Amino acid sequence: MSARPQPTKTSAPSLRLDAALQLLEQSGHVLPELAEVGKQAWLQAVVDGLCEISSRDALTGLANRRQFELALAREIDRVARAGEPALVLMIDIDHFKKVNDTHGHPAGDLVLKAVARALHDCIRPMDTVARFGGEEFAMILPNCPPSFGQQVAERVRAKVQGRSATIAPGQEVSVTVSIGGAFAPQWVRSSAPLWIERADQQLYRAKSEGRNRACLEQPTVSLVSAEEKSLLFGTSQLQDLE
Amino acid sequence: MTSRRPSTDPASPADKSAAKRGRIMAVTSGKGGVGKTFMAANLAAALTRQGERVLVLDADLGLANLDVVLNLFPKVTLHDVFTGKCTLEEAILPAPGGFSVLLAGSGLVEYSRLTPEVREQLLKVIETVAPHFDRILLDTGAGISDVVLFAVSLADEVLVVATPEPTSLTDAYATIKVLATQQQRRAIQLVVNQVSRTGEGRVIRGQLQQVVDRYVTPLIEGPDNAVKLNLLGEVPSDLAVREAVQRRRLLLELLPGSPAAKAIVAVATKLLA
Repeated sequence: MSARPQPTKTSAPSLRLDAALQLLEQSGHVLPELAEVGKQAWLQAVVDGLCEISSRDALTGLANRRQFELALAREIDRVARAGEPALVLMIDIDHFKKVNDTHGHPAGDLVLKAVARALHDCIRPMDTVARFGGEEFAMILPNCPPSFGQQVAERVRAKVQGRSATIAPGQEVSVTVSIGGAFAPQWVRSSAPLWIERADQQLYRAKSEGRNRACLEQPTVSLVSAEEKSLLFGTSQLQDLE
Repeated sequence: MTSRRPSTDPASPADKSAAKRGRIMAVTSGKGGVGKTFMAANLAAALTRQGERVLVLDADLGLANLDVVLNLFPKVTLHDVFTGKCTLEEAILPAPGGFSVLLAGSGLVEYSRLTPEVREQLLKVIETVAPHFDRILLDTGAGISDVVLFAVSLADEVLVVATPEPTSLTDAYATIKVLATQQQRRAIQLVVNQVSRTGEGRVIRGQLQQVVDRYVTPLIEGPDNAVKLNLLGEVPSDLAVREAVQRRRLLLELLPGSPAAKAIVAVATKLLA
Protein backbone atom coordinates (compact mmCIF):
# COMPACT_ATOMS: atom_id res chain seq x y z
CA MET A 1 0.00 0.00 0.00
CA SER A 2 1.28 3.45 -0.83
CA ALA A 3 1.57 5.95 1.96
CA ARG A 4 -1.57 7.97 2.20
CA PRO A 5 -0.99 11.65 1.51
CA GLN A 6 -1.39 13.75 4.62
CA PRO A 7 -3.49 16.80 3.91
CA THR A 8 -2.09 18.52 7.03
CA LYS A 9 1.34 18.68 5.42
CA THR A 10 0.15 20.67 2.44
CA SER A 11 1.97 23.89 1.65
CA ALA A 12 -1.32 25.34 0.49
CA PRO A 13 -3.02 25.64 3.87
CA SER A 14 -5.96 27.61 2.48
CA LEU A 15 -7.11 24.61 0.47
CA ARG A 16 -9.43 22.15 2.15
CA LEU A 17 -8.58 18.90 0.44
CA ASP A 18 -9.94 16.31 2.87
CA ALA A 19 -13.10 15.60 0.92
CA ALA A 20 -11.17 15.46 -2.37
CA LEU A 21 -8.58 13.06 -1.00
CA GLN A 22 -11.30 10.93 0.54
CA LEU A 23 -13.06 10.71 -2.81
CA LEU A 24 -9.85 9.74 -4.57
CA GLU A 25 -9.11 7.06 -2.02
CA GLN A 26 -12.62 5.69 -2.10
CA SER A 27 -12.49 5.38 -5.88
CA GLY A 28 -9.18 3.58 -5.67
CA HIS A 29 -7.21 6.38 -7.26
CA VAL A 30 -3.59 6.24 -6.11
CA LEU A 31 -1.61 9.46 -6.18
CA PRO A 32 1.94 9.11 -7.53
CA GLU A 33 4.39 8.52 -4.72
CA LEU A 34 7.11 10.59 -6.31
CA ALA A 35 5.13 13.79 -6.00
CA GLU A 36 5.80 15.49 -2.67
CA VAL A 37 2.66 16.14 -0.67
CA GLY A 38 1.53 19.74 -0.88
CA LYS A 39 3.83 20.67 -3.77
CA GLN A 40 2.46 21.80 -7.11
CA ALA A 41 3.06 18.46 -8.79
CA TRP A 42 1.11 16.76 -6.02
CA LEU A 43 -1.75 19.26 -6.28
CA GLN A 44 -1.81 18.74 -10.03
CA ALA A 45 -2.07 14.99 -9.41
CA VAL A 46 -5.00 15.61 -7.06
CA VAL A 47 -6.77 17.78 -9.66
CA ASP A 48 -6.04 15.22 -12.40
CA GLY A 49 -7.40 12.51 -10.16
CA LEU A 50 -10.58 14.45 -9.51
CA CYS A 51 -11.04 15.12 -13.23
CA GLU A 52 -10.51 11.45 -13.90
CA ILE A 53 -13.10 10.22 -11.43
CA SER A 54 -15.61 12.91 -12.37
CA SER A 55 -15.48 11.78 -15.99
CA ARG A 56 -15.97 8.08 -15.23
CA ASP A 57 -19.03 6.07 -14.37
CA ALA A 58 -18.55 4.80 -10.82
CA LEU A 59 -20.01 1.35 -11.45
CA THR A 60 -18.60 0.39 -14.84
CA GLY A 61 -15.51 2.58 -15.11
CA LEU A 62 -16.59 3.69 -18.58
CA ALA A 63 -16.83 7.36 -19.53
CA ASN A 64 -19.86 8.90 -17.87
CA ARG A 65 -22.61 10.98 -19.45
CA ARG A 66 -20.70 14.23 -18.84
CA GLN A 67 -17.52 12.97 -20.50
CA PHE A 68 -19.55 11.51 -23.36
CA GLU A 69 -21.21 14.85 -24.10
CA LEU A 70 -17.86 16.58 -24.05
CA ALA A 71 -16.41 14.05 -26.49
CA LEU A 72 -19.49 14.31 -28.70
CA ALA A 73 -19.25 18.11 -28.90
CA ARG A 74 -15.59 17.81 -29.89
CA GLU A 75 -16.46 15.26 -32.55
CA ILE A 76 -19.18 17.49 -33.98
CA ASP A 77 -16.65 20.30 -34.39
CA ARG A 78 -14.26 17.98 -36.13
CA VAL A 79 -16.85 16.58 -38.53
CA ALA A 80 -18.10 20.05 -39.42
CA ARG A 81 -14.65 21.32 -40.22
CA ALA A 82 -12.82 18.28 -41.54
CA GLY A 83 -15.76 16.42 -43.06
CA GLU A 84 -14.66 13.06 -41.71
CA PRO A 85 -17.45 10.56 -41.19
CA ALA A 86 -18.27 9.67 -37.59
CA LEU A 87 -20.73 7.21 -36.08
CA VAL A 88 -22.63 7.28 -32.82
CA LEU A 89 -24.10 4.05 -31.45
CA MET A 90 -26.72 3.90 -28.72
CA ILE A 91 -26.67 0.50 -27.04
CA ASP A 92 -29.39 -0.77 -24.73
CA ILE A 93 -29.46 -4.05 -22.82
CA ASP A 94 -32.49 -6.13 -23.80
CA HIS A 95 -34.95 -7.03 -21.02
CA PHE A 96 -32.66 -5.69 -18.32
CA LYS A 97 -35.56 -5.21 -15.94
CA LYS A 98 -36.08 -8.96 -15.99
CA VAL A 99 -32.51 -9.50 -14.76
CA ASN A 100 -33.10 -7.14 -11.86
CA ASP A 101 -36.48 -8.61 -11.03
CA THR A 102 -35.31 -12.22 -11.22
CA HIS A 103 -31.84 -12.06 -9.71
CA GLY A 104 -31.84 -8.79 -7.77
CA HIS A 105 -30.07 -5.49 -8.24
CA PRO A 106 -26.57 -6.70 -7.26
CA ALA A 107 -26.81 -9.19 -10.12
CA GLY A 108 -28.01 -6.38 -12.37
CA ASP A 109 -24.90 -4.41 -11.47
CA LEU A 110 -22.69 -7.35 -12.38
CA VAL A 111 -24.42 -7.64 -15.74
CA LEU A 112 -23.88 -3.94 -16.37
CA LYS A 113 -20.20 -4.37 -15.59
CA ALA A 114 -19.88 -7.39 -17.86
CA VAL A 115 -21.55 -5.57 -20.76
CA ALA A 116 -19.32 -2.54 -20.13
CA ARG A 117 -16.24 -4.76 -20.34
CA ALA A 118 -17.45 -6.35 -23.57
CA LEU A 119 -18.09 -2.92 -25.09
CA HIS A 120 -14.72 -1.66 -23.95
CA ASP A 121 -13.07 -4.61 -25.68
CA CYS A 122 -14.64 -3.57 -28.99
CA ILE A 123 -13.23 -0.09 -29.32
CA ARG A 124 -10.19 1.51 -30.88
CA PRO A 125 -8.08 3.91 -28.81
CA MET A 126 -9.72 6.98 -30.36
CA ASP A 127 -13.26 5.76 -29.70
CA THR A 128 -15.34 6.70 -26.68
CA VAL A 129 -17.62 4.26 -24.92
CA ALA A 130 -19.82 5.61 -22.16
CA ARG A 131 -22.54 4.59 -19.80
CA PHE A 132 -25.28 6.88 -20.98
CA GLY A 133 -27.66 6.10 -18.14
CA GLY A 134 -29.37 3.09 -16.58
CA GLU A 135 -28.82 0.13 -18.89
CA GLU A 136 -28.04 2.32 -21.88
CA PHE A 137 -24.54 2.77 -23.28
CA ALA A 138 -23.21 4.96 -26.07
CA MET A 139 -20.22 4.89 -28.40
CA ILE A 140 -18.56 7.56 -30.50
CA LEU A 141 -16.55 6.20 -33.41
CA PRO A 142 -14.61 8.96 -35.14
CA ASN A 143 -13.48 8.45 -38.72
CA CYS A 144 -15.80 5.51 -39.32
CA PRO A 145 -16.76 5.29 -43.01
CA PRO A 146 -20.47 4.62 -43.66
CA SER A 147 -19.61 1.41 -45.49
CA PHE A 148 -18.16 -0.06 -42.26
CA GLY A 149 -20.90 1.10 -39.91
CA GLN A 150 -23.15 -1.95 -40.00
CA GLN A 151 -20.21 -4.29 -39.61
CA VAL A 152 -18.88 -2.38 -36.60
CA ALA A 153 -22.29 -2.31 -34.90
CA GLU A 154 -22.82 -5.98 -35.59
CA ARG A 155 -19.45 -6.83 -34.06
CA VAL A 156 -20.41 -4.96 -30.89
CA ARG A 157 -23.72 -6.77 -30.71
CA ALA A 158 -22.09 -10.18 -31.21
CA LYS A 159 -19.42 -9.45 -28.62
CA VAL A 160 -22.01 -8.78 -25.92
CA GLN A 161 -24.04 -11.86 -26.86
CA GLY A 162 -20.92 -14.00 -26.62
CA ARG A 163 -20.17 -12.94 -23.06
CA SER A 164 -21.88 -13.86 -19.83
CA ALA A 165 -21.82 -12.39 -16.35
CA THR A 166 -21.16 -14.50 -13.30
CA ILE A 167 -23.76 -13.31 -10.82
CA ALA A 168 -23.16 -15.99 -8.19
CA PRO A 169 -20.79 -18.95 -7.92
CA GLY A 170 -21.76 -21.23 -10.75
CA GLN A 171 -24.53 -18.96 -11.91
CA GLU A 172 -24.12 -17.14 -15.18
CA VAL A 173 -26.42 -14.76 -16.96
CA SER A 174 -26.05 -13.73 -20.54
CA VAL A 175 -27.78 -10.78 -22.12
CA THR A 176 -28.15 -9.25 -25.54
CA VAL A 177 -28.19 -5.66 -26.67
CA SER A 178 -30.09 -3.65 -29.24
CA ILE A 179 -28.08 -1.03 -31.09
CA GLY A 180 -29.09 2.09 -32.98
CA GLY A 181 -26.61 4.13 -34.94
CA ALA A 182 -26.42 7.37 -36.88
CA PHE A 183 -23.65 9.11 -38.79
CA ALA A 184 -22.89 12.78 -38.29
CA PRO A 185 -23.85 14.69 -41.40
CA GLN A 186 -20.56 15.55 -43.09
CA TRP A 187 -19.56 19.21 -43.19
CA VAL A 188 -22.63 20.18 -41.25
CA ARG A 189 -22.66 21.39 -37.68
CA SER A 190 -25.08 19.09 -35.97
CA SER A 191 -25.89 19.21 -32.30
CA ALA A 192 -25.34 16.62 -29.62
CA PRO A 193 -29.08 16.21 -28.85
CA LEU A 194 -29.96 15.91 -32.54
CA TRP A 195 -27.29 13.33 -33.26
CA ILE A 196 -28.24 11.26 -30.23
CA GLU A 197 -31.91 11.54 -31.17
CA ARG A 198 -31.22 10.13 -34.63
CA ALA A 199 -29.29 7.20 -33.16
CA ASP A 200 -32.08 6.72 -30.60
CA GLN A 201 -34.66 6.45 -33.37
CA GLN A 202 -32.64 3.59 -34.83
CA LEU A 203 -32.38 2.01 -31.39
CA TYR A 204 -36.15 2.18 -31.16
CA ARG A 205 -36.35 0.49 -34.54
CA ALA A 206 -33.95 -2.26 -33.39
CA LYS A 207 -36.12 -2.83 -30.32
CA SER A 208 -39.36 -2.94 -32.24
CA GLU A 209 -37.93 -5.29 -34.86
CA GLY A 210 -37.30 -7.88 -32.17
CA ARG A 211 -34.20 -6.77 -30.19
CA ASN A 212 -30.69 -8.26 -30.26
CA ARG A 213 -29.91 -6.45 -33.49
CA ALA A 214 -28.22 -3.36 -34.84
CA CYS A 215 -30.05 -0.80 -36.96
CA LEU A 216 -28.22 2.08 -38.59
CA GLU A 217 -29.62 5.15 -40.23
CA GLN A 218 -29.06 4.78 -43.96
CA PRO A 219 -26.11 6.99 -44.78
CA THR A 220 -26.37 8.99 -47.97
CA VAL A 221 -24.77 6.97 -50.71
CA SER A 222 -21.52 8.24 -52.09
CA LEU A 223 -22.25 10.53 -54.98
CA VAL A 224 -19.10 9.75 -56.88
CA SER A 225 -18.41 6.22 -58.07
CA ALA A 226 -14.97 4.69 -58.49
CA GLU A 227 -15.26 4.91 -62.29
CA GLU A 228 -16.07 8.59 -62.11
CA LYS A 229 -13.08 9.14 -59.85
CA SER A 230 -10.78 7.21 -62.12
CA LEU A 231 -11.87 9.29 -65.09
CA LEU A 232 -11.44 12.44 -63.02
CA PHE A 233 -7.88 11.58 -62.02
CA GLY A 234 -6.86 8.71 -64.21
CA THR A 235 -5.98 10.36 -67.49
CA SER A 236 -2.66 12.00 -67.83
CA GLN A 237 -3.83 15.47 -68.82
CA LEU A 238 -2.61 16.94 -65.56
CA GLN A 239 0.85 15.65 -66.30
CA ASP A 240 0.86 17.38 -69.68
CA LEU A 241 1.78 20.54 -67.90
CA GLU A 242 4.89 19.10 -66.30
CA MET B 1 -41.98 33.07 -34.28
CA THR B 2 -43.03 36.44 -35.64
CA SER B 3 -40.88 38.20 -38.18
CA ARG B 4 -40.86 41.94 -38.19
CA ARG B 5 -41.57 43.52 -41.48
CA PRO B 6 -38.26 44.64 -42.96
CA SER B 7 -38.06 48.39 -43.43
CA THR B 8 -36.61 48.06 -46.91
CA ASP B 9 -39.75 46.37 -48.14
CA PRO B 10 -40.85 47.72 -51.51
CA ALA B 11 -43.28 50.57 -51.06
CA SER B 12 -46.15 48.77 -52.72
CA PRO B 13 -46.63 45.30 -54.18
CA ALA B 14 -47.32 46.87 -57.55
CA ASP B 15 -43.75 47.95 -58.25
CA LYS B 16 -42.34 44.65 -57.08
CA SER B 17 -42.45 43.07 -60.51
CA ALA B 18 -41.24 46.22 -62.17
CA ALA B 19 -38.21 46.56 -59.90
CA LYS B 20 -35.05 45.36 -61.56
CA ARG B 21 -33.48 43.05 -59.08
CA GLY B 22 -29.81 42.16 -58.69
CA ARG B 23 -28.39 39.00 -60.11
CA ILE B 24 -27.96 36.32 -57.46
CA MET B 25 -24.90 34.12 -57.59
CA ALA B 26 -24.26 31.29 -55.14
CA VAL B 27 -20.63 30.59 -54.29
CA THR B 28 -20.19 26.98 -53.28
CA SER B 29 -17.47 24.33 -53.24
CA GLY B 30 -18.34 20.93 -51.86
CA LYS B 31 -15.21 20.62 -49.76
CA GLY B 32 -14.56 23.19 -47.08
CA GLY B 33 -11.38 25.17 -46.73
CA VAL B 34 -10.81 25.81 -50.45
CA GLY B 35 -11.15 29.57 -50.11
CA LYS B 36 -14.85 29.94 -50.78
CA THR B 37 -15.51 32.77 -48.35
CA PHE B 38 -12.20 34.41 -49.26
CA MET B 39 -13.24 34.27 -52.92
CA ALA B 40 -16.74 35.63 -52.27
CA ALA B 41 -15.41 38.58 -50.27
CA ASN B 42 -12.64 39.55 -52.66
CA LEU B 43 -14.78 38.99 -55.74
CA ALA B 44 -17.35 41.31 -54.16
CA ALA B 45 -14.63 43.93 -53.69
CA ALA B 46 -13.50 43.52 -57.31
CA LEU B 47 -17.06 43.82 -58.63
CA THR B 48 -17.61 46.89 -56.45
CA ARG B 49 -14.56 48.56 -57.97
CA GLN B 50 -15.99 47.92 -61.40
CA GLY B 51 -19.10 49.83 -60.40
CA GLU B 52 -21.53 47.21 -59.14
CA ARG B 53 -23.56 47.52 -55.95
CA VAL B 54 -22.78 44.20 -54.31
CA LEU B 55 -24.21 42.41 -51.30
CA VAL B 56 -22.60 39.31 -49.85
CA LEU B 57 -25.13 37.22 -47.97
CA ASP B 58 -23.51 34.80 -45.61
CA ALA B 59 -25.59 31.73 -46.27
CA ASP B 60 -23.12 29.51 -44.42
CA LEU B 61 -25.83 29.16 -41.86
CA GLY B 62 -24.25 26.80 -39.44
CA LEU B 63 -20.64 27.90 -39.68
CA ALA B 64 -20.62 31.58 -40.42
CA ASN B 65 -17.17 33.03 -40.86
CA LEU B 66 -17.57 35.87 -43.31
CA ASP B 67 -17.51 38.16 -40.28
CA VAL B 68 -14.16 36.68 -39.33
CA VAL B 69 -12.71 37.07 -42.81
CA LEU B 70 -13.80 40.70 -42.97
CA ASN B 71 -13.18 41.52 -39.31
CA LEU B 72 -16.72 42.83 -39.03
CA PHE B 73 -18.15 44.52 -35.98
CA PRO B 74 -20.90 44.84 -34.88
CA LYS B 75 -22.10 41.41 -35.85
CA VAL B 76 -25.77 42.13 -36.33
CA THR B 77 -27.34 39.20 -38.13
CA LEU B 78 -30.51 38.06 -39.83
CA HIS B 79 -31.20 36.12 -36.68
CA ASP B 80 -31.51 39.48 -34.90
CA VAL B 81 -33.90 40.65 -37.62
CA PHE B 82 -36.11 37.60 -37.23
CA THR B 83 -36.12 37.89 -33.46
CA GLY B 84 -37.03 41.56 -33.68
CA LYS B 85 -33.78 42.95 -32.28
CA CYS B 86 -33.11 45.12 -35.33
CA THR B 87 -34.46 45.97 -38.77
CA LEU B 88 -33.26 44.38 -41.98
CA GLU B 89 -31.72 47.72 -42.96
CA GLU B 90 -29.67 47.78 -39.78
CA ALA B 91 -28.45 44.25 -40.41
CA ILE B 92 -26.95 45.16 -43.79
CA LEU B 93 -23.41 46.02 -42.76
CA PRO B 94 -20.85 48.03 -44.72
CA ALA B 95 -17.79 45.90 -45.50
CA PRO B 96 -14.22 47.14 -46.02
CA GLY B 97 -14.25 46.71 -49.81
CA GLY B 98 -17.18 49.09 -50.27
CA PHE B 99 -19.75 46.36 -50.64
CA SER B 100 -22.46 45.32 -48.17
CA VAL B 101 -22.71 42.24 -46.03
CA LEU B 102 -25.68 40.47 -44.53
CA LEU B 103 -24.76 37.86 -41.95
CA ALA B 104 -27.18 35.01 -41.41
CA GLY B 105 -26.04 34.30 -37.88
CA SER B 106 -25.52 30.81 -36.63
CA GLY B 107 -28.72 30.92 -34.58
CA LEU B 108 -30.82 31.13 -37.70
CA VAL B 109 -30.82 27.54 -38.76
CA GLU B 110 -30.55 25.88 -35.45
CA TYR B 111 -28.12 23.02 -35.83
CA SER B 112 -28.34 23.29 -39.60
CA ARG B 113 -31.87 21.98 -39.65
CA LEU B 114 -33.72 23.82 -42.35
CA THR B 115 -37.34 24.32 -41.44
CA PRO B 116 -39.96 25.51 -43.94
CA GLU B 117 -40.25 28.62 -41.80
CA VAL B 118 -36.58 29.50 -42.25
CA ARG B 119 -36.83 28.85 -45.99
CA GLU B 120 -39.75 31.21 -46.17
CA GLN B 121 -37.96 33.90 -44.20
CA LEU B 122 -34.76 33.68 -46.25
CA LEU B 123 -36.71 33.82 -49.46
CA LYS B 124 -38.50 36.93 -48.27
CA VAL B 125 -35.24 38.59 -47.24
CA ILE B 126 -33.65 37.98 -50.62
CA GLU B 127 -36.71 39.26 -52.45
CA THR B 128 -36.61 42.35 -50.30
CA VAL B 129 -32.94 43.21 -50.68
CA ALA B 130 -32.45 42.14 -54.29
CA PRO B 131 -33.85 45.32 -55.92
CA HIS B 132 -31.32 47.43 -54.01
CA PHE B 133 -28.23 45.73 -55.42
CA ASP B 134 -26.78 44.83 -58.81
CA ARG B 135 -25.40 41.56 -57.56
CA ILE B 136 -25.88 39.34 -54.54
CA LEU B 137 -23.30 36.73 -53.70
CA LEU B 138 -24.51 33.88 -51.50
CA ASP B 139 -21.59 32.46 -49.58
CA THR B 140 -22.80 28.94 -48.86
CA GLY B 141 -21.51 26.43 -46.37
CA ALA B 142 -19.24 23.54 -47.21
CA GLY B 143 -20.69 20.25 -48.28
CA ILE B 144 -23.92 19.37 -50.06
CA SER B 145 -26.34 19.61 -47.17
CA ASP B 146 -29.96 20.64 -47.54
CA VAL B 147 -29.03 24.10 -46.30
CA VAL B 148 -26.42 24.53 -49.02
CA LEU B 149 -28.70 23.15 -51.72
CA PHE B 150 -31.48 25.44 -50.62
CA ALA B 151 -29.20 28.49 -50.69
CA VAL B 152 -28.00 27.54 -54.16
CA SER B 153 -31.56 27.02 -55.34
CA LEU B 154 -32.25 30.70 -54.66
CA ALA B 155 -29.51 31.80 -57.04
CA ASP B 156 -29.63 32.68 -60.74
CA GLU B 157 -26.20 31.21 -61.25
CA VAL B 158 -23.70 29.08 -59.39
CA LEU B 159 -20.00 29.56 -58.93
CA VAL B 160 -18.11 26.46 -57.81
CA VAL B 161 -14.74 27.09 -56.19
CA ALA B 162 -12.32 24.17 -56.33
CA THR B 163 -8.62 23.60 -55.79
CA PRO B 164 -6.48 21.10 -57.72
CA GLU B 165 -6.43 18.88 -54.64
CA PRO B 166 -8.14 15.50 -55.36
CA THR B 167 -10.63 15.70 -52.48
CA SER B 168 -11.65 19.18 -53.55
CA LEU B 169 -12.08 18.09 -57.18
CA THR B 170 -14.14 15.07 -56.14
CA ASP B 171 -16.41 17.20 -53.97
CA ALA B 172 -16.69 19.88 -56.65
CA TYR B 173 -17.71 17.19 -59.12
CA ALA B 174 -20.26 15.76 -56.66
CA THR B 175 -21.69 19.24 -56.18
CA ILE B 176 -21.96 19.82 -59.93
CA LYS B 177 -23.64 16.43 -60.31
CA VAL B 178 -26.24 17.19 -57.65
CA LEU B 179 -26.92 20.68 -59.00
CA ALA B 180 -27.29 19.40 -62.55
CA THR B 181 -29.57 16.52 -61.66
CA GLN B 182 -31.59 17.99 -58.79
CA GLN B 183 -31.73 21.66 -59.71
CA GLN B 184 -31.60 21.41 -63.49
CA ARG B 185 -28.50 23.58 -63.67
CA ARG B 186 -27.15 23.55 -67.22
CA ALA B 187 -24.38 26.11 -66.81
CA ILE B 188 -22.00 26.21 -63.87
CA GLN B 189 -19.24 28.75 -63.34
CA LEU B 190 -15.92 27.48 -62.08
CA VAL B 191 -12.97 29.18 -60.40
CA VAL B 192 -9.93 27.05 -59.66
CA ASN B 193 -8.16 28.39 -56.61
CA GLN B 194 -4.61 27.74 -55.44
CA VAL B 195 -3.24 26.60 -58.81
CA SER B 196 0.50 26.06 -58.89
CA ARG B 197 0.95 26.42 -62.65
CA THR B 198 -0.61 28.66 -65.25
CA GLY B 199 -3.13 26.66 -67.25
CA GLU B 200 -3.91 24.23 -64.45
CA GLY B 201 -7.41 25.70 -64.14
CA ARG B 202 -8.12 25.04 -67.80
CA VAL B 203 -6.94 21.43 -67.50
CA ILE B 204 -9.07 20.89 -64.40
CA ARG B 205 -12.14 22.34 -66.12
CA GLY B 206 -11.46 19.90 -68.96
CA GLN B 207 -11.21 16.95 -66.60
CA LEU B 208 -14.42 17.90 -64.81
CA GLN B 209 -16.25 18.53 -68.09
CA GLN B 210 -15.17 15.14 -69.40
CA VAL B 211 -16.56 13.29 -66.38
CA VAL B 212 -19.73 15.42 -66.43
CA ASP B 213 -20.31 14.59 -70.13
CA ARG B 214 -19.81 10.91 -69.53
CA TYR B 215 -21.63 10.38 -66.22
CA VAL B 216 -23.93 13.32 -65.49
CA THR B 217 -25.46 14.15 -68.86
CA PRO B 218 -26.92 10.62 -69.33
CA LEU B 219 -28.75 11.04 -65.99
CA ILE B 220 -30.68 14.01 -67.32
CA GLU B 221 -33.70 13.33 -69.47
CA GLY B 222 -34.74 15.39 -72.44
CA PRO B 223 -32.92 16.84 -75.41
CA ASP B 224 -31.47 19.83 -73.58
CA ASN B 225 -29.28 17.86 -71.23
CA ALA B 226 -25.78 19.22 -71.79
CA VAL B 227 -24.18 20.63 -68.65
CA LYS B 228 -21.56 23.23 -69.40
CA LEU B 229 -18.75 24.21 -67.08
CA ASN B 230 -17.44 27.69 -67.70
CA LEU B 231 -14.02 28.56 -66.34
CA LEU B 232 -14.21 32.07 -64.94
CA GLY B 233 -10.57 31.98 -64.01
CA GLU B 234 -7.78 30.48 -62.00
CA VAL B 235 -6.20 32.03 -58.93
CA PRO B 236 -2.59 31.13 -58.23
CA SER B 237 -1.29 29.86 -54.92
CA ASP B 238 0.05 33.04 -53.39
CA LEU B 239 1.58 33.82 -50.01
CA ALA B 240 -0.17 37.19 -50.21
CA VAL B 241 -3.45 35.36 -49.65
CA ARG B 242 -2.26 33.85 -46.41
CA GLU B 243 -1.02 37.23 -45.29
CA ALA B 244 -4.40 38.86 -45.99
CA VAL B 245 -6.34 36.06 -44.33
CA GLN B 246 -4.16 36.15 -41.24
CA ARG B 247 -4.51 39.89 -40.95
CA ARG B 248 -8.24 39.59 -41.61
CA ARG B 249 -8.05 42.02 -44.49
CA LEU B 250 -9.28 41.91 -48.06
CA LEU B 251 -6.50 40.80 -50.39
CA LEU B 252 -7.62 43.43 -52.88
CA GLU B 253 -7.03 46.14 -50.32
CA LEU B 254 -3.95 44.83 -48.56
CA LEU B 255 -1.96 43.54 -51.53
CA PRO B 256 -3.73 44.65 -54.71
CA GLY B 257 -0.64 44.04 -56.82
CA SER B 258 -0.29 40.38 -55.83
CA PRO B 259 -0.83 37.73 -58.52
CA ALA B 260 -3.86 36.32 -56.66
CA ALA B 261 -5.49 39.76 -56.36
CA LYS B 262 -4.98 40.41 -60.08
CA ALA B 263 -6.47 37.01 -60.88
CA ILE B 264 -9.58 37.79 -58.84
CA VAL B 265 -9.99 41.12 -60.61
CA ALA B 266 -9.79 39.19 -63.89
CA VAL B 267 -12.53 36.84 -62.67
CA ALA B 268 -14.75 39.85 -61.91
CA THR B 269 -14.06 41.33 -65.33
CA LYS B 270 -14.97 38.06 -67.04
CA LEU B 271 -18.12 37.81 -64.96
CA LEU B 272 -19.21 41.29 -66.05
CA ALA B 273 -18.35 40.76 -69.71
